[in-house]
Amino acid sequence: MLPQDYIYPEFTVLRNQDKCITCRVCERQCANQVHSFDAEKGIMVADDSKCVCCHRCVSLCPVHALQIVESPHTFRPNANWSDQTISEIYKQASTSAALLSSMGNPNDLPVYWDKILINASQVTNPSIDPLREPMETKTSLGKRTDTVNRNADGSIDTTMAPHIELSTPIMFSAMSYGAISYNAHESLARAATNLGICYNTGEGGLHKDFYKYGPNTIVQVASGRFGVHKEFLEAGCAIEIKMGQGAKPGIGGHLPGAKITADVSATRMIPQGTDAISPAPHHDIYSIEDLRQLVYSLKEATAYTKPVIVKIAAVHNVAAIASGVARSGADIIAIDGFRGGTGAAPTRIRDNVGIPIELALAAVDQRLREEGIRNQVSIVCGGSIRSSADMVKAICLGADAVYLGTAALLALGCHLCRTCQSGKCNWGIATQRPDLVKRLNPEIGHQRLENLVIAWTREMKEMMGGMGINSIEAMRGNRLMLRGVGLNDRELSILGIKHAGE
Amino acid sequence: MLKREGRVRIPSGCAISGIFSKSGTPMNGETIIKSIATMHDRSNGLGGGFAGYGIYPEYKQYYALHIFHDSTDAKHDCERFLEEHFDIINLSKIPTRKVDSITDEPLIWRYFVTPLPTKLAASALDEKEFTGQCVNHINTKIDGSYVFSSGKNMGVFKAVGFPEDVGRFYKLEEYEGYSWTAHGRYPTNTPGWWGGAHPFAFLDFTVVHNGEISSYDANRRFIEMFGYKCNLLTDTEVITYIIDYLVRKQGLSFEEASHVIAAPFWSSIDKMEPAKRAQYIFLRRQFAELLITGPFSILLGFDGGVMALNDRLKLRSMVCGEKGDMTYFASEECAIRVIEPDLERIWSPAGGEPVIVRLNKDVQ
Repeated sequence: MLPQDYIYPEFTVLRNQDKCITCRVCERQCANQVHSFDAEKGIMVADDSKCVCCHRCVSLCPVHALQIVESPHTFRPNANWSDQTISEIYKQASTSAALLSSMGNPNDLPVYWDKILINASQVTNPSIDPLREPMETKTSLGKRTDTVNRNADGSIDTTMAPHIELSTPIMFSAMSYGAISYNAHESLARAATNLGICYNTGEGGLHKDFYKYGPNTIVQVASGRFGVHKEFLEAGCAIEIKMGQGAKPGIGGHLPGAKITADVSATRMIPQGTDAISPAPHHDIYSIEDLRQLVYSLKEATAYTKPVIVKIAAVHNVAAIASGVARSGADIIAIDGFRGGTGAAPTRIRDNVGIPIELALAAVDQRLREEGIRNQVSIVCGGSIRSSADMVKAICLGADAVYLGTAALLALGCHLCRTCQSGKCNWGIATQRPDLVKRLNPEIGHQRLENLVIAWTREMKEMMGGMGINSIEAMRGNRLMLRGVGLNDRELSILGIKHAGE
Repeated sequence: MLKREGRVRIPSGCAISGIFSKSGTPMNGETIIKSIATMHDRSNGLGGGFAGYGIYPEYKQYYALHIFHDSTDAKHDCERFLEEHFDIINLSKIPTRKVDSITDEPLIWRYFVTPLPTKLAASALDEKEFTGQCVNHINTKIDGSYVFSSGKNMGVFKAVGFPEDVGRFYKLEEYEGYSWTAHGRYPTNTPGWWGGAHPFAFLDFTVVHNGEISSYDANRRFIEMFGYKCNLLTDTEVITYIIDYLVRKQGLSFEEASHVIAAPFWSSIDKMEPAKRAQYIFLRRQFAELLITGPFSILLGFDGGVMALNDRLKLRSMVCGEKGDMTYFASEECAIRVIEPDLERIWSPAGGEPVIVRLNKDVQ
């Protein structure tokens, strides 16, 4: 290695040697091999350069002797050339490689959720106490009929396209088996079933053990078509066509061969150890009319018993694209914002392509209303919803439900170290190494996911009650319940909300 | 300067009252004035109004347009538009008397009209839809003119003032109808615009409403997909359009429409027998965004009947009374007792449970 390629470690492992009992838990727990025992000195030492700041060692150290801090080491400060930018150039100059990253865009770009505030009742109408009055969160996603038809006896013909019914407007978003572990999938599937919501297979097929969770499973068809077959399509309660992903709009996916274990291979229907590469486009969809054909092919294959979701990334022209999708037979449109997570994406794409979900959602909802077709399709938004407040704001802007990806992984123990692409997830989530996977106990995992969703639903009910709303549909698209702070006129007009004080 | 109604959303508290004769017995406006006046303290002098049905028997085949004009210029613009689209059978000022507390009156005119056959044919719309679109055009596009009543054989009379003063101002003792509703308004602020008073009317539907709905913008943004334009930003306006959409355009019965806007809770629906449950699930799914939450009590007047409905939690008071062929409705019992002390039945309908009365078959 040339001296100019040496990059000082990003993190420093601080160990309180007075507390350390050299039990070597940290050493055993770190798949990155940061910690080791120095037999000569009789102490534990750390190789900071390998640390990804996942906190596995910190969390398991029995004497709390460890902390990980950001390295104070610095280049000569420069507002234009950040330390990261400089380091990345060194890396690329030595390797010629595209930079890879994981999880969502971490950069300092606007988070509109944080500049939107929620209303509450005062005097002129009563707030509603969710502890004393029913507070309905049940949500139904799918197409509606154009007109009300009558049976011969005059009663309403209740025939309707298939719907997904959710106890609360939350679903776990697509994360494939392969990108995440068997135990992570089992946790998601069991939580979704117990909660009466849905999880999503992602594009890696459905493990044979998980077919029993079918009524709460959304099966995904993506450009690689991994693991797609008749039984797979029939297994779920809905089928999602993934056209794009917020973390990496415009490109496909790449699951390295190391993650294609025997089980993943069988589920994906590809040889063990080969890279699973999803093309950037679906090679049978080069235009909107092709999408319509795939939507109807999937409906035909499942005898029109499953709603079809089309997932698109939030890009500049998202409103027009969504309008086209709504007219292509999709029952539900999922929009994924630029903060959405991923197991691996080219850094430049993750950090520079796509737009914020708040603006995309507002634009899509408004556009579909202007065209008079908002009632023909449901909207699900994700990327990223970080709390029940984000969820309430999303629904007020016009979403029917939200997708949780990153938040769900955090519930399972993810510490957002953003190195999923290494396959060495110390928390047993984004890995296929059996010794690491077993660290995630699905018995506990599903419970934690359920706790999170129950907590958010409780908080949402409190906010709904405060607004005097006792059913989720009365909040959907109810933008008068939102106000912006510190937003300019253009932003307010795209969001379709007033400024605080107006 | 305070913003005029329609530029700003103004919460209101209110009083409502209604009387209905199933046998179609004509009643002049005195009784309903007496009823609503009893609830004087539920209004604050910033809006009152009435709707009467069966009041124009001699013109019953024509649409009676009641219009506020802010100026003679607006009146000319509006009348030019009317002449282009309708045959105007009769036009006149609506008779009023001077009442000290009623001030700043606009030009208040009444036009009995029927759509021009050529225009109607060219539009490929039915008569009601054609008329409704013309009313929306005037209210949206003609600055200074506002159609506040547009049905057949019925009419709305409203103003800024206490309802009893408004009733005297319009000489309601001279009108005879089988159905009357009344409204006294308690807005939290007001620009003092007459169009903002209630009832709100669209074709033969009129709504008087007491409450403040929390679902307003969800309802508004949904209904505006279907050609309605909520110019006033009031609850009453959006409720009227929702009912028009569900009943006139989607063909629901009033009862079915009430199961949309004050839907039973899912927990109640789950307990219904299967066929009934399927109907209720369909209505909640199909028209989810037309569920109205927050407090409301409404009286919906329509040709030949009236429907009273409370929000599903019954967050606003409303009582009904019966004697003989008469049905009475009011925010407070006193407003019924004052006009009929000797009732055969008086009850408080449950939240979300519609009370629908219609003319007897022989007088329909």
